[in-house]
Amino acid sequence: MIGHTRSARRVLVTGLGSFWGGRVAQALEADPEVDVIVGLDTTEPTVELERTEYVRVDANYSILARIVRAAQIDTIIHTFLIVDPTVMSARAMHEINVIGTMNLFAAASAPASTVRNVVVKSSTIVYGCSAQDPVWFREDTPPSRPARRGVERNLEAVEGYVRDFAQDNPHVNVSMLRFANVVGAEIETPLTKALQLPLVPSLAGFDPRFQFVHEDDVIRAIMFVLQANLAGVYNVAGDGLLPWSEVARICGKRTAPLPPLGTTLITEPLARLGVVDLPEEYLQLLRFGRGVDNTRLKDAGFRYEYDSVRAVSAFIESVRLRRTIGTGQPSYRYERDVEQFFRHSPAVIRD
Amino acid sequence: MEHDPPGPPPRTEFAPGPTGGSDLVAALGEPAPGAPGRSLVPVPVPREDPHPGESEEGGEHLAGRVSDVDEWGRSEHMRSIARRLYDPVYSRWFRAEWEGLENIPTEGGALLVANHAAAIPSDAPVIMHGIEKELGRPVYGLADNFFKRVPVVGTLWSRLGGLPAHPDNAYRLLAEQGQLVLVFPEGSKGPAKTFDERYQLRRFGRGGFVEIAMQAGVPVVPIAVVGAEESMPTLFRLPSVASLIGAPYVPVTANMLAFGPLGAITYFPAKFKLRVLEPVTFNVPPDQERYSKSRVMDWSEAIRDRIQNALYDMLRSRESVWFG
Repeated sequence: MIGHTRSARRVLVTGLGSFWGGRVAQALEADPEVDVIVGLDTTEPTVELERTEYVRVDANYSILARIVRAAQIDTIIHTFLIVDPTVMSARAMHEINVIGTMNLFAAASAPASTVRNVVVKSSTIVYGCSAQDPVWFREDTPPSRPARRGVERNLEAVEGYVRDFAQDNPHVNVSMLRFANVVGAEIETPLTKALQLPLVPSLAGFDPRFQFVHEDDVIRAIMFVLQANLAGVYNVAGDGLLPWSEVARICGKRTAPLPPLGTTLITEPLARLGVVDLPEEYLQLLRFGRGVDNTRLKDAGFRYEYDSVRAVSAFIESVRLRRTIGTGQPSYRYERDVEQFFRHSPAVIRD
Repeated sequence: MEHDPPGPPPRTEFAPGPTGGSDLVAALGEPAPGAPGRSLVPVPVPREDPHPGESEEGGEHLAGRVSDVDEWGRSEHMRSIARRLYDPVYSRWFRAEWEGLENIPTEGGALLVANHAAAIPSDAPVIMHGIEKELGRPVYGLADNFFKRVPVVGTLWSRLGGLPAHPDNAYRLLAEQGQLVLVFPEGSKGPAKTFDERYQLRRFGRGGFVEIAMQAGVPVVPIAVVGAEESMPTLFRLPSVASLIGAPYVPVTANMLAFGPLGAITYFPAKFKLRVLEPVTFNVPPDQERYSKSRVMDWSEAIRDRIQNALYDMLRSRESVWFG
């Protein structure tokens, strides 16, 4: 594999409308080796893109096989996996995560498929969270107990498809990245919302340790495995485990302990009132935390720019900045006609 | 999960083991020459100097930390408070006395294995505090994960150097960090036994501790403890209460009868004697996926015998429960 030179890439990015897909597409646009970028989503992109072609699809990608064939796609970056159960119903999430991935791999493994590289964004949520857990999950540590909760079960099924696909298609370079809690200027998760409250919710008597990864490192990691042609499973998480109380303190907050028993009696009304939505997965995390071993990706040559402490401080700094000056720039709106003009009109001079 | 596709078990080539992983990476990836330094993505760097030269590896001392809780949950600050509070208990109440301390290596990993007793085991803190005091080495104690589920207690236990007993935790501490790790192979069966069964060792689990020591390539150091049994003897157990609250056992102790409610946490001042036996080393290559079960069980049984015989020996020469 040494000295393996590849021709220009033709990349398909799923979830273009999400933080993940949008940022990955931006990074791909900056890579001269990437020839074509096709982005799929059910919603329009939220970031400005220069040469990415946006295709609106339904949630489970029924037309995917046609796109892959028509555009001669050789690389698929699958970022469209929902791991935040507060943003949609369990049924919609299952449709996107499980059925979407199934269709994606069905298309990628069609006869005469041109796909040679697949990168899948998974989450460390797949390890579950329980009292029996080791302090650090390695990529091959099985979950301590069978998956019960929605996102865990979704991801378990998704990873099953990825594994099957990798085994059935040995000529395809398949890599799967499991991201720890992502923080940064843009991304919103139940944890980032909780950390922006005046008092940060915690569970009385528990102070578990958390691991974070900065959104810049997330995008860099995806680009890294792509450019280094890595295959296999990799945890992506910054160095260091921080007690939740310390996370709150770095953010300049105090914690508001919730009772460890009957917690949902309090969190459910809070979610109804729109204060904070802490689904079961995250309550469990506030009880036992989760750490993952990040050495495999580091051994492959990846260097993190942020450890857990730095990721959290960078996050809270951007929150403070936003609170003072607002989002800074007018939010981008996708206008199909405008985008089509810049991409395809003969009037536009392109290099 | 019956409706799921009959997927392969988690350990497949696609999810290779800790040892197989780098091979796969090497075979498939050949980590791009100069990859670390290459600018991969033009991401905005928020600060001028994101890492003012400090170590990338280990992640133990990260800049900007506001607590001293290490990656295992242990806090040196909490330890020093506990040391000060606990030392009178160790040296005045239990009057702990060691022999054979030279058998504990002064550096490198070793798995300490002891007999386990008392309704709320008094042996773990005595051993952990004692070795830290006498040898200046920290000891990480592995305990049943029931601890972790109890509010406050679980957090305190973790801050003081306790960990849930998981083979990954033990391996990492022993092989990669060269620490002392304390386990009680009897598990909760040791402290759960009643007073009439004192100093009769229970089954040593399934020999997992031997396997871990073999994998990590470290010696097992057996320790025989006399005194813990009498510090909080269990008269009888309440199994129905235990299953109700999900605890491994719920004891009724002599201390409760003697001291009332306070007895739930007050020990009798039994004299503690600890004898460190000769380290056991295994002539097997480390890091094997599996070891011969018969060999593992033979060793497990042999170590159990040594501790049992040491206990009989120590009990033969003990004149008084309270004065040794």
